[in-house]
Amino acid sequence: MPNITKHRRFVATAVAVTLGATTLAACGGSDDDGEARSGPAKLTYWTWTPGMDKVVDLWNKGPGKEQQITVTVKKQASGDTLVTKILTAHKAGKGPDLVQAEYQALPTLVSNDAVADIAKESGDAKGKFADGVWQQTTLGSDAVYAIPQDIGPMMFYYREDLFKKYGLTVPKTWDEFAETARKLKKEEPDVDLTTFSANDSGLFAGLAQQAGAKWWTTEGQKWKVGIDDAATRKVADFWGGLVKEGAIDNQPMYTPAWNKALNTGKQIAWVSAVWAPGTLTTAAPDTQGKWKMAPLPQWSDSENVTGSWGGSSTAVTTDSKHKGAAAKFAAWLNTDPRALTALAKEGGIYPAATTAQTSDAFAQPPAFFSHQADFYTAASEIAKTTAPSAWGPNVNVAYTSFKDAFGAAAKDKSDFGAALKKMRDDTVADMKKQGFEVSE
Amino acid sequence: MTSARRKSYGVKGAPYAFLLPATVLFALFFALPIGYAIWLSLHKVQVKGLGLGSGARQEVWAGLENYADALGDSEFLDGALRVLGYGAIVVPVMLGLALVLALMLDSDKVRLAPFTRLAIFLPYAVPGVVAALLWGFLYLPDVSPFYFVLEKLGLPQPDLLDGGGLYAALSNIAIWGGTGFNMIVIYTSLQAIPVEVYEAAKLDGATPLQIALRIKIPMVAPSLVLTFFFSIIATLQVFSEPTTLKPLTNAVSTTWSPLMKVYVDAFGKGDIHGAAAGAVVIALATLVVSFGFLRAANSRNKRDVSQGAVR
Repeated sequence: MPNITKHRRFVATAVAVTLGATTLAACGGSDDDGEARSGPAKLTYWTWTPGMDKVVDLWNKGPGKEQQITVTVKKQASGDTLVTKILTAHKAGKGPDLVQAEYQALPTLVSNDAVADIAKESGDAKGKFADGVWQQTTLGSDAVYAIPQDIGPMMFYYREDLFKKYGLTVPKTWDEFAETARKLKKEEPDVDLTTFSANDSGLFAGLAQQAGAKWWTTEGQKWKVGIDDAATRKVADFWGGLVKEGAIDNQPMYTPAWNKALNTGKQIAWVSAVWAPGTLTTAAPDTQGKWKMAPLPQWSDSENVTGSWGGSSTAVTTDSKHKGAAAKFAAWLNTDPRALTALAKEGGIYPAATTAQTSDAFAQPPAFFSHQADFYTAASEIAKTTAPSAWGPNVNVAYTSFKDAFGAAAKDKSDFGAALKKMRDDTVADMKKQGFEVSE
Repeated sequence: MTSARRKSYGVKGAPYAFLLPATVLFALFFALPIGYAIWLSLHKVQVKGLGLGSGARQEVWAGLENYADALGDSEFLDGALRVLGYGAIVVPVMLGLALVLALMLDSDKVRLAPFTRLAIFLPYAVPGVVAALLWGFLYLPDVSPFYFVLEKLGLPQPDLLDGGGLYAALSNIAIWGGTGFNMIVIYTSLQAIPVEVYEAAKLDGATPLQIALRIKIPMVAPSLVLTFFFSIIATLQVFSEPTTLKPLTNAVSTTWSPLMKVYVDAFGKGDIHGAAAGAVVIALATLVVSFGFLRAANSRNKRDVSQGAVR
């Protein structure tokens, strides 16, 4: 017996990976029984949106009942972890019918042949979304790989009371942002305007997107990786400079220390996205009513663009035996007014469908921002200025590399340009290793 | 006639029948997963062109390529060095503490022994992730009561989430959680020493310190070897503590320990083939280091015994 335990422990490492893979595969599985496409269909849907089961109930009792299409929600891991699960399930041929996928994960899923082209079934959905949002689901082709669900246009959040107290004005450009940070640091050495956090790559990706970066583009049959293009370099140098001179903090966000800094006014602004009120509600509960939202600072006076941080779509898998039925549900979920209202209410999402952004569900500002009556009107205006994004097949690798390279650079207050180069090199090396054609 | 023959078959087959459950379990839950991991590690995914659409991805034979990548990856080796540094603190300190505490509990003068034993053992029952979270909060200067006290007293406040402090911080979590278990193992074997031995030692005029050093420690040597052996394995496989502290500081990368790199390769980058190779390398390294130690310890023991016999 002791021998067995010993042995077990040695191989635990090796087994962990394998077991992980097999159990993940085992918990997938749709309830399909190979029926024809028409007729009754039972679909499974992997999602992380809270309250999605209630939204799906509306479908199952309404249009779904008429068309005999029943959808079952399975709560799953979120974001990148779900991508791994989908890919593993797909490998076993046991994927669900529908999955929630962040926009930047779609190329990875398409590249693994895990999500299906639903161009034929998506009908007139295209017209309900902003072009920049829709384009993310087509990957620049004629195919449609998903229906947009929610978006995360980026905004600037600041403590209105403390800005007044310290005599600061809301920065309209990034230059003004830097000046504001310096001015605050000079007058109140213990207070930071904000922090540069390396633990969420989506923030940096959104900032680069605003500056006009195109991280992945295609040229014929070759990928072009622009992670260290001029626009991204400008963003990296800007934040690296602020960290180096100590004008802003360099500690990661989403930590107890960060919560406390926001809650006690040690950090008085946050570059975030439309979903920030929800995060602030839990991170800084004592500051209700003291924050205000403004458009993101711009790189030049004449510009008016923002990036996006977060947002996801609903995709149909290639494993689904009822792709048509699944696409119908995906389109209903993300374009039907009743569904969108329920999504906003139950899931707290900011819809990608443009008409829904000004619907009744968004007539009132979020509770944490009850004093900023025009919160959602302003948000929908800002959402219109979202710059297009360009995702590639290994965003996950770039994101992981970002966390380590920029995490170390922020800690050492060293050159962000070098970190950016490492991020680009890691990404290209991984693509080449996998066999993608990459042009230099 | 036939029935007799059948009977003899039955007798012959009996050992196999008895072996069957173990063999099946071994094959299903041990050999098969390892075999699959090795199989994965010898393959890789090959993409064609843009890699979009169906049939753009193929699983191909990679030979030892993944192993070459894993062993040639400086991050993997750096991670191994970090873990060695961490182990160099954890193992001696934890086992030293466990031995001292066990000896103290075993002495005649101790009071409240059952309570003390339980109190020291209790952290072992706290899951590693919870322990790391708990300590992580205590390490964060802005929310930690320790830092509050240090600040009030005007004492220097060390940064425990960076540089050398990080090793101390991580080791502390492991020591806090592991000392109790090792102490119990050593204490149990101390209890098994016959009283006559102590009586004989006392009659010979040995002091309590001499009894501890000359009698108790040599007699619990097998337990010490065992705890050392387990500690080495646990150290080489450190994962949950740095993973839990990672979001709190920029100083812990996603690939801080080799096992974390395997995790990131598999679930962050989606490269299960590279991850499998990394896992096999770690398993082999653990096997070599821990069994190497066990062999060294055993041969030493034997030598001691034979020398003792000659004397």
